[in-house]
Amino acid sequence: MSDFSVEQIKNLHKRFEQLSGNEETISRENLENIPALANNPIRRQIIGAFFDKRNQHQNEVGSFEEIGFEQFLMVMSHFRPPTLKTTEEERETMRKEKLRFLFNMHDTDNDGTITLEEYRKAVEELLSKSGAIGQEAAKAIADAAMLEVASTNVPHMAPDDFYEGITFEHFEQILKGLEMESRMHIRFLDVDTTTMHCGRSTS
Amino acid sequence: PRYPSRQSQNRTRMGLNTGHGSSIKEVPIVTFKWHHVETPYLIALWILVAGLAKMVIEANHHVTNVIPESALLICFGFILGGMVWGADKVQTFTLTPTVFFFYLLPQIILDAGYFMPNKLFFGNMGAILIYAIIGTCWNAASLGLSLWGCHKGGAMGDLDIGLLQYLLFGSLMAAVDPVAVIAVFEQVHVNEVLFILVFGESLLNDGVTVVLFNVFDAFVSLGGSQIDAVEIIKGIISFFVVAFGGSLLGFVFGLLVSLLTRCTKNIQIIEPGFIFVLGYLAYLTAEMLSLSAILSIVFCGVCCQKYINANMDEKSVSTVRYTMKVLANGSETMIFVFLGISAIDKTIWVWNTGFILLTLLFIMVYRFIGVFFLTWILNRYRLVPIGFIDQVIMSYGGLRGAVAYGLAVMLDENKIKEKNLMISTTLIVVYFTVIFQGITMKPLVTWLKVKRAAVTELTLIEKVQNKVFDHVLVAIEDISGQIGHNYMRDKWNYFEEKWMSWALMKPSVRKSRDHVFSVFHQLNLKDAMSYVAEGERRGSLEFIRNESAFIDFKKKFGDEFSEAMPDIMANMSDDHGAASDRRRDPVPSVSLEMHEQTMKGMRETEDINTHHLLQQHLYKGRKQHRHRYSRSHFDVNKDENEVQEIFQRTMRSRLESFKSAKMGVAPPKTISKYSKKDQQQKMPNGKSLDRSKSYYSGDEDFEFSEGDSASGYDASGSTFPMRVTYRAGAGIENPAFMPDMDPMTPIQIPPWLMEAELDSGMVAPSQRAQVRLPWTPSNLRRLAPFRASAQSNDSFMLADAPATQQRDDEELPPPPSPPPPPSNRDGGYM
Repeated sequence: MSDFSVEQIKNLHKRFEQLSGNEETISRENLENIPALANNPIRRQIIGAFFDKRNQHQNEVGSFEEIGFEQFLMVMSHFRPPTLKTTEEERETMRKEKLRFLFNMHDTDNDGTITLEEYRKAVEELLSKSGAIGQEAAKAIADAAMLEVASTNVPHMAPDDFYEGITFEHFEQILKGLEMESRMHIRFLDVDTTTMHCGRSTS
Repeated sequence: PRYPSRQSQNRTRMGLNTGHGSSIKEVPIVTFKWHHVETPYLIALWILVAGLAKMVIEANHHVTNVIPESALLICFGFILGGMVWGADKVQTFTLTPTVFFFYLLPQIILDAGYFMPNKLFFGNMGAILIYAIIGTCWNAASLGLSLWGCHKGGAMGDLDIGLLQYLLFGSLMAAVDPVAVIAVFEQVHVNEVLFILVFGESLLNDGVTVVLFNVFDAFVSLGGSQIDAVEIIKGIISFFVVAFGGSLLGFVFGLLVSLLTRCTKNIQIIEPGFIFVLGYLAYLTAEMLSLSAILSIVFCGVCCQKYINANMDEKSVSTVRYTMKVLANGSETMIFVFLGISAIDKTIWVWNTGFILLTLLFIMVYRFIGVFFLTWILNRYRLVPIGFIDQVIMSYGGLRGAVAYGLAVMLDENKIKEKNLMISTTLIVVYFTVIFQGITMKPLVTWLKVKRAAVTELTLIEKVQNKVFDHVLVAIEDISGQIGHNYMRDKWNYFEEKWMSWALMKPSVRKSRDHVFSVFHQLNLKDAMSYVAEGERRGSLEFIRNESAFIDFKKKFGDEFSEAMPDIMANMSDDHGAASDRRRDPVPSVSLEMHEQTMKGMRETEDINTHHLLQQHLYKGRKQHRHRYSRSHFDVNKDENEVQEIFQRTMRSRLESFKSAKMGVAPPKTISKYSKKDQQQKMPNGKSLDRSKSYYSGDEDFEFSEGDSASGYDASGSTFPMRVTYRAGAGIENPAFMPDMDPMTPIQIPPWLMEAELDSGMVAPSQRAQVRLPWTPSNLRRLAPFRASAQSNDSFMLADAPATQQRDDEELPPPPSPPPPPSNRDGGYM
């Protein structure tokens, strides 16, 4: 399932044990207690994604109470970077998977669409840490964003049409420009990458 | 300069005869003093010529599509140079290093820094640094050594060049030139990573070039025997000092600019100047301390961009942007033209086929080798590897330009016997890379199917998702316990938010600096503008007004312009004859003046509209649009009487409304809107035609006061009592000038009555009036349903009107208190 190298899996396993306190499984609390996550506005959604059965690609829905290392690895595998050897088709599937992951994060009730309600909630959470923006503004932004989706995907909507929500196809369409496949990944390595960033200090 | 001086000598003689001098025979009416203005005159003329050249070149798009502009400008320079040479038999005008490095280069680099996409730049910093430092050293060393080897092998005949001089030559040829790179890559829109790699390299390798050049220059003067390990180590140390010192200096200047713009509120008209002056000073200071001037000015621009854009007034920001572009584009044009002109000079041309061709060959070959080798190393560490095709383009994009030429001209003739050969070789290399590689770059990019930059349109959802995305990545890194790129960026952002912004930004702008929000804001403005345009196309002012009311309404979210003094209030105190307040801007509320208004879109549309209306209808008789000249203010002037009158009218109507509605607390937006519809409704109902006309003129008046209300609204922001004030004003403004214009009109439905009517009979018309909205063109997508969506939480597309009232109740906190100091106003006007 995952193309992680042995070394990467070892590393992740070490981390897994560290998080779970040497247990077999990991629970929400374990993740919520990670101090670095404290400032992340969408912490809840991300942690939720780990326990979402949909992200395990086994045609199940619902959510786990606790997950084992295998599931943990499965979620992590959404963030693998492509390599020079990755073929076009693989890239395409990777992209779909990544998008699906994001989509699932917003589509909390698993009905295949992100409704306005859901989206508003997501945006509100997202902006909750940015101070000046109040709930109203967040709501307005969610509305406007939703509207963009509606108007790009259903260009000629009659006045009393009702846009139900963002489907996965629409979601894909809209985020085309973001180049998920080349950006949504992190470095799973044991090498210390901090040395790459000495340039920043000069800025 | 000989060319002009020949003429000027004649003139001078004439001038002496007729003009000054002791032997004046008569009072000269006109004297011709060419020598007096010669230098500035020539400079201005050259700028004009270069500008015209660019104009002519840009007029032919089918040519510039094939041949890049820079190449054409150089060719134009050839022609001009030929003309000068033909007239003078000597090249009077060449690109001197002083002019180039002090007057032409800084603004181009500042522009590059100021518009640098920071995230991208720092995201690829590692790769850029590797290319810039190792790549440039490699280029210099390999070129110098190979040429020297070929010389030893006898490929170039008899030349008086030693190893050190070859290395010196190599170091001046090594650097990829930012000016040439920008000029060529701007026209082929390659993907952003590729662009930033080439561009970043060309900017940052300057530090390396300067050091290499200086070190080898010193070595050449010292002579081979004097060089020992100590000197070499000194050279290496000096590299770090020059490069990092330069960057640091730029950083400091960037902070200075940012701090300065925090306090320029009262001198808005000159605040854009600070950016340029301080940027230039950063450059000169670095030059003075023999640090890398280019790095200094780049980092100055990079650091300050965020803060100055936030701190300065929006108009100043656009001034900076435009001026930056004017200067950079202008000097780029000059540079290329003069590169062309400089070639037409017999005295510098020394031909040595072996030397020149070998240089060209080595430059190409080593560039390719260097890029491929470095990329190979980098790709082992990069998350997204650089593809083969991108590497080809990167190698091929190693253009040399005016920097190399400038350095070559600076060589010391006494120490380097073959200086002229080096200059001519440099020129050939520059022409070859800029013209030949420039022309072939585009076909190559197309042929290799290089990934192009996507034409990105600003969409809100993308921004939102981007943000989600960033957070997700950070969170995953956190969870998996890695300290990676995203982690670093997150920490940096946090630090930046917390400390840098705190220190460098005005407190007022700090609040509303969310990226997502600003995109939202911009999109709204864009929509509003097109909406207004649409309204104008249809010729309906009603349409416009309704809309701007809505924009106002939306503006309330998040934007807090509370520091701006509410115009209305300012006015009142002014005009109430309290007479004390002369300090205040005497131009009152009807904010036609530019810098009071905070919203670009509103401003533009409104200014135009209001102006138009004013000129067309309202004060035609005594319009007198006179311009009071003021150097420090850019007010669109108003006749004082006019202002007075407008104000009085507005106030009177307000007063009326207060009298009629003692409590005056009903949500005024609805009033203004519904009363409009009310009128609309009544028109067909058999009122006389000219009455309805008078309604229109009333409306036009109203347009005027709308500016008032808008600015008042801005200002009031979230402070509650203010808003109530404004609303009361706005609400009544619609019937504002009725009494004057048409005393017979039944006006001023008092708020409570309004609501009653709404509830009973008026719903239908209002509904009908709003049905227009869904028919708006599809590109105005955010506005129309947005208002609908604001109505209620559950029905998103429900675009019908009755909820408008409800919305007001819902979204605005119900105004609980009577409007503030009514008694005061009563007193003033009764």
